[in-house]
Amino acid sequence: MSTRPAASLAPMDTGASDHRGDGPWPHALLAWPTLALTLLFVVPLGIIAALGFFRRIQAGFFEVAFVTDNYARALDAFHLERLAVSVVLALVATLATLVVAVPFTFLLTRRPRARQVPYLVLVLASLSLSEVIVAFAWSLLLSRTSGISNLLVSLGLMDAAASWSPGLWAVLLAYVFIALPLAILSLYPTFSRLDQELPEAAGTMGAAPLVGFVTVVLPLVQRAVAATGALVFIFVLGAYVIPQTLGRPAQWTIPVHITDQAIMKNHLPLAASLAIVLLVASSLIALAIVAIGSGRLPRIALPGRAR
Amino acid sequence: MALADVDLRIPGGSLVCFVGPSGCGKTTLLRIIAGLETPTSGHLLLGERDLTRVPVHRRDVGMVFQSYALFPHLSVAENVAYGLRIRGVAKRERLARAFELLALVQLPDVATKRVSQLSGGMRQRVAMARALALDPALFLLDEPLSALDAKLREGMQVELRRLQRRVGITTIIVTHDQEEAMAMADLVVVMGDNRVQQVGPPLDIYRRPVNRFVANFVGRNNFLPARVVAPGTVEVAGVRAEVVEGADLPSVGSELTVAARPEALNVYPTAPAGPALRGTVTMVRDLGWTVETRVRVGDQELVVSGANVAVADGDEVWVALPTSGLVALNA
Amino acid sequence: MNVWLRRAMFALVVAYLLAPLLVVAGVSLNPRQVLFFPPEGVSLRWYGTAFTDPGWYRPAVNSLIVATFAALIAVSIALPLSYVLWRYRVGYAKVVMALGLAPFALPPVITALGALALWIVLQSYGRPYTVVFSHGVFLTTLPLATLTVGLQNLNPQLVEAARTMGATGSTVFRTIVFPYVRPYLLAGFVFAFVLSLNEYIIAYMTVGFTFETLPVKIFASLRYGYSPVMASISVLFFAFAVLVFSLVGRMGDLPRLLGADERE
Repeated sequence: MSTRPAASLAPMDTGASDHRGDGPWPHALLAWPTLALTLLFVVPLGIIAALGFFRRIQAGFFEVAFVTDNYARALDAFHLERLAVSVVLALVATLATLVVAVPFTFLLTRRPRARQVPYLVLVLASLSLSEVIVAFAWSLLLSRTSGISNLLVSLGLMDAAASWSPGLWAVLLAYVFIALPLAILSLYPTFSRLDQELPEAAGTMGAAPLVGFVTVVLPLVQRAVAATGALVFIFVLGAYVIPQTLGRPAQWTIPVHITDQAIMKNHLPLAASLAIVLLVASSLIALAIVAIGSGRLPRIALPGRAR
Repeated sequence: MALADVDLRIPGGSLVCFVGPSGCGKTTLLRIIAGLETPTSGHLLLGERDLTRVPVHRRDVGMVFQSYALFPHLSVAENVAYGLRIRGVAKRERLARAFELLALVQLPDVATKRVSQLSGGMRQRVAMARALALDPALFLLDEPLSALDAKLREGMQVELRRLQRRVGITTIIVTHDQEEAMAMADLVVVMGDNRVQQVGPPLDIYRRPVNRFVANFVGRNNFLPARVVAPGTVEVAGVRAEVVEGADLPSVGSELTVAARPEALNVYPTAPAGPALRGTVTMVRDLGWTVETRVRVGDQELVVSGANVAVADGDEVWVALPTSGLVALNA
Repeated sequence: MNVWLRRAMFALVVAYLLAPLLVVAGVSLNPRQVLFFPPEGVSLRWYGTAFTDPGWYRPAVNSLIVATFAALIAVSIALPLSYVLWRYRVGYAKVVMALGLAPFALPPVITALGALALWIVLQSYGRPYTVVFSHGVFLTTLPLATLTVGLQNLNPQLVEAARTMGATGSTVFRTIVFPYVRPYLLAGFVFAFVLSLNEYIIAYMTVGFTFETLPVKIFASLRYGYSPVMASISVLFFAFAVLVFSLVGRMGDLPRLLGADERE
């Protein structure tokens, strides 16, 4: 292209001419998105950051001040233990979700597109399902009177119906339920753009499907998997209804306590400082997940670069 | 897509080309041979061994994909050595083999590079080296040269043929380019409409296409409506001519189509001795190595290719039918 | 991979996603005010209650109103933003884009608390429009994602072709870009609408019981007394979502809307 004489009429800079002299248009178009996102997203976060240092007053909500006792309480032994429980639960749920979502999404994207549609509809419908309805559904499914234990008794597999909710398993099962559709949809673009011929090529060279998946597919999607892991982790960590409804106090996570302080106890400054602690913790862990994913997974290294 | 009635015998050590327009089923057939797709019925034998239900990874085939399918997360040498790594060959050994193969495809210096640093032609060679690394029984290539530009493609055709002879491996190449098939293959399989249309050595296919599809797809052809007037003789536009090649002629009196290559026809400014059709020149193109003349005869335009015979647009001319080289076609 | 392995995997995921809904559907058929599964009998009375009891249909209407306006706001933010990012080079557009995508990278409870704090500061706590705006901004990520995919798939040469034929900026948008991204816009609207309809925690913290939405109502019942109406409403919600996404899948290319390649 550069050898053509027309290109030597230099400072024409054809590519950029498209973007010159645009005038005020792009800025006018951006005005509303910028305003809305700033006022309704950035400012609230700023308010929360400030609120953590304000003083709670009994009569109203709070008064402007600079006190550190909210953070002192947010970081006391009780809340730190709650934070640890929240993080561990979310990590376990994230891991379980990925273990199901990664192979499922891979297999799904290998199907003809028309065949994928019903599964995608189910996944989208499940994703949109209210956390409230999810909690309600699982509480029924795991209850004594209407749950699967009933079914197992009538099949003769169990002696007596039992109630598995509230409890740790109920929380984890429901966490994975809300996280799975999100994970599948987050993995979907990368997996469906993965060149079908790459795992096939591995097959022609003697790699059984699982071997090809581990040696070729996983290294190529590990970034997407890590990003999905971070997304799912944050999403689960921020869930409120599920731990509140399906968990015992032992499984009550930080969001339960944030909501409790903000709504029931009317202690917004403490809720805000808990939110900031949660935000920092979740961001750090999410970044760590992405970093682990971007660094190469341990793989059987070939000394190709040795020479 | 369904393939029907494929009955093929591929001699060991030969180079076979599946050729046909896109969507004709040639890639499907190759993928069935590779084990990437399962036929609903029929059998696939390699020597005595029935491969029909053998999964791809136990088939002992090497394949070059249309996109090359080189693994972007591995270096060139790691790509070539991949199959050996899967087999558990020791690092040093498999790497030595990778270097050997890269030398075979004349790429000795790129072993440590990333795939993304290579040009299209280099990727093509790496893909070939990788496919040959396990000494497979079958070497399969899906449109291996279609991503290369014309000049490079021609060079690679020669190189690929040499490589195949040197290694002596049974090779199947899928291509949509009939010239490529003619230039490389021992045996050409012309496919169209999800079935095999004709199988034969390149020259046979070119000289004796059995039907209109093959005659039209391989090289260029003029098609003339004709009627059988005597055994071995047809009448074209009121002119009697002999048919020497192609399908068996139907009974006297029936209609059929005959084909004549542009180079088998000749243009004369005056009436020639043998059978000839009268027409008007519509275009003359001097291509250097030949002159192409288009002549309108009745409601048909014939393409004639040959030495220059000083005619110009609008001239009244005669197109001489060949004494040999008129081919009868099945419907 | 092995066909049986694939089938087992698919069956597992489908069963996992459907099992809770099946139990809910069964419970919704109980003729009496009990939550038995399998149900004692088959009755549709709780579906009738969902439409006749003002305690249930009023929140439903509230939810529909909120979802409609919230989805409109989400789209009104996403369309100009994604278009400017695609068409022009404006430095800060990328920052605004990051803000638009950020709500999903934040634990939802924090977004909700932020909304609560903001509306208290603006002395609008509890007003119906607060949840509309907060939902709109929170859910703008969805149309932003679908529109970005759509614009990525739009061949820039189409725009160049239009320009060679004399079309200028706004004409190009009206005649080429907008018709092309319309299915993506619609999909983004639908995603935002359905998610707003189902959203609980922001609605709870902004309007709570003063402008009760259906999820808030269900949550209250979850705490203060189960009823089979909750089951019938849940079934209706799920059926609605399946219907809407099936329609999207029927009208548009769902795999492509969700980020698969143009090919095939």
